[in-house]
Amino acid sequence: MGIKEWLQSKKEQQNNTRATNNPVIDDEVSKLWTKCFNCGANLPTKEVEENMKVCPKCGYHFRITARERLEQVVDLTTFKEINSEIISVDPLDFRDLKSYKARIKDAKSKTNLNDAIITGTGKIDGVEAAIGVMEFAHLGGSMGSVVGEKIVKLIETAISKKLPVVIFTSSGGARMQEGIFSLMQMAKTSCAVAKLNEAKLLYITVLTEPTFGGVTASFGTLGDIIIAERGARMGFAGRRVIEQTIRQKLPSDFQTAEYFLKHGQVDMICERDELRGVISNLIRLHSKEN
Amino acid sequence: MRSIMQLPFEKPIYEIEEKIEELKTLNENSETDLSSQIETLTNQLTEFKKNLYDNLKPYERIQIARHPMRPTFLDYIHSITTDWIELHGDRAGTDDRAIIGGIARLNDKPVMFIGTQKGKTTRENLEYNFGMPNPQGYRKALRLFKHAEKFGFPIVTIVDTPGAYPGIKAEETGQGVAIAENLLEMAKLKVPVIAIITGEGCSGGALGLAVANKVYMLENAYYTVITPEGCASILWNDANYADKAAEALKITADFLLESKIIDGIIKEPLGGAHYDPEETYKNMKEMILKGLDELSKLSEKDLIEKRYSKYRAMGEISFEKQD
Repeated sequence: MGIKEWLQSKKEQQNNTRATNNPVIDDEVSKLWTKCFNCGANLPTKEVEENMKVCPKCGYHFRITARERLEQVVDLTTFKEINSEIISVDPLDFRDLKSYKARIKDAKSKTNLNDAIITGTGKIDGVEAAIGVMEFAHLGGSMGSVVGEKIVKLIETAISKKLPVVIFTSSGGARMQEGIFSLMQMAKTSCAVAKLNEAKLLYITVLTEPTFGGVTASFGTLGDIIIAERGARMGFAGRRVIEQTIRQKLPSDFQTAEYFLKHGQVDMICERDELRGVISNLIRLHSKEN
Repeated sequence: MRSIMQLPFEKPIYEIEEKIEELKTLNENSETDLSSQIETLTNQLTEFKKNLYDNLKPYERIQIARHPMRPTFLDYIHSITTDWIELHGDRAGTDDRAIIGGIARLNDKPVMFIGTQKGKTTRENLEYNFGMPNPQGYRKALRLFKHAEKFGFPIVTIVDTPGAYPGIKAEETGQGVAIAENLLEMAKLKVPVIAIITGEGCSGGALGLAVANKVYMLENAYYTVITPEGCASILWNDANYADKAAEALKITADFLLESKIIDGIIKEPLGGAHYDPEETYKNMKEMILKGLDELSKLSEKDLIEKRYSKYRAMGEISFEKQD
């Protein structure tokens, strides 16, 4: 083996371990430990999980899956999923370096979900609501036709059952691989929110890490109340695009929940363990029975 | 003709035209009659042009859509309307010049026109921010939508934007929510709404003015979820693959009409709107009048319901087989 090949193989090895190391170390022993991205503390994984995946040392909120979110927020056994059978098609026969069909397949096996959102009805601390939770691990939580359709159907369910709507967003934006059909989901979901407003039903959006692009510019920011989870990053344009456009350095807290609270774009910031209480309290305050 | 900036793929046309010019000069100064050769070449040129422009690749169309001499919003206004009165400002501290709005007469009837404005010179482009609106522009548009609704004016929007502006102030003042609110409010408007994509229809920045009863596109315009350059830099890791991305994204008017995303295509003169703006204006005016005539027959309720059900139906999904 020449030096070049040796270097190449070393590099590949390194890349492979890097890929599996991040974010959870794949090795049985090190699985027991989780490193905090923020303060660097090595924490017993069990302790992090018991703390709702928030670092007990510095309060850093780790990204969680849609299922974990439901477990944290919705009362045990009350969640009834709807429309889980809706699946993506490939309307453009889209192919970049990889085909869209292959990307969907990979995302499905990675998340065990048909698409980037779970919707249904359930109780949050005793109050019934129509609930949607986006899954960032599924193609970056991107909104294509399925996410759009499931949100509209969730809103329609809420209207027919007179329920408040709570949606947890986590998305890089519109799903490019569905082209114009994705863009139109922004209009479609916003039109549905207009119907929800007409029915005078409460709509709460919880912006979680990360929420950008087409979701920010449609149903994500149309909530009657907008909550941002501690530490979440959000915005319309991505940081890199803005930097390239204006050619200047951005403040380090740019586009964080805290930054947008300061600029009047969200109603409040909640810690993860506060969400359940705050949401149920808000719903009770807005309900006719109080 | 020569004053029009030529696009890279148009080079052969200019070469043939130069040949014809040469032959013509030669013909005047020599005894041999070259007119038959000139005629053949001219015929070949016409044939060649038709063939070229009929079979443009998506990325070539984009270059026409972005042509610096392409008519702008104000060109259309000054050519197809009378009594134009611009209305400025969002009433909250800003008059975003990337979006311009006002009232004018279209065949004697008052219409609210709102559109993104691009410049033809650097100075103009700086004034209009290259047609990239800030949240304040969308809020000015919303104010004018409501004004139109109050007085029963139909609304026509003209969209030609590379996207909403990605800037610090834009984020701080709510670029996302400004667009979202327009989407929601446009859904509820009690007056006819027509949107026309005349050049670039990029992303949420375009859609923020384009939730309409009828959406039309100029023949060489494009309408897309993301700029081909942006898409290429994310999915191909290299913006230079924009031509591939443009192809994959299916951004041309004929596909969008077929997919029922838009409701009509406005013909452009051969080579693009800038070769014969007058004809473009005429075609656009006809299409708007036809659209407004159809929509004027609908009740307020029907206008809203039809607009809603049109967007409700958009998207392509399937259902998993239940075992």
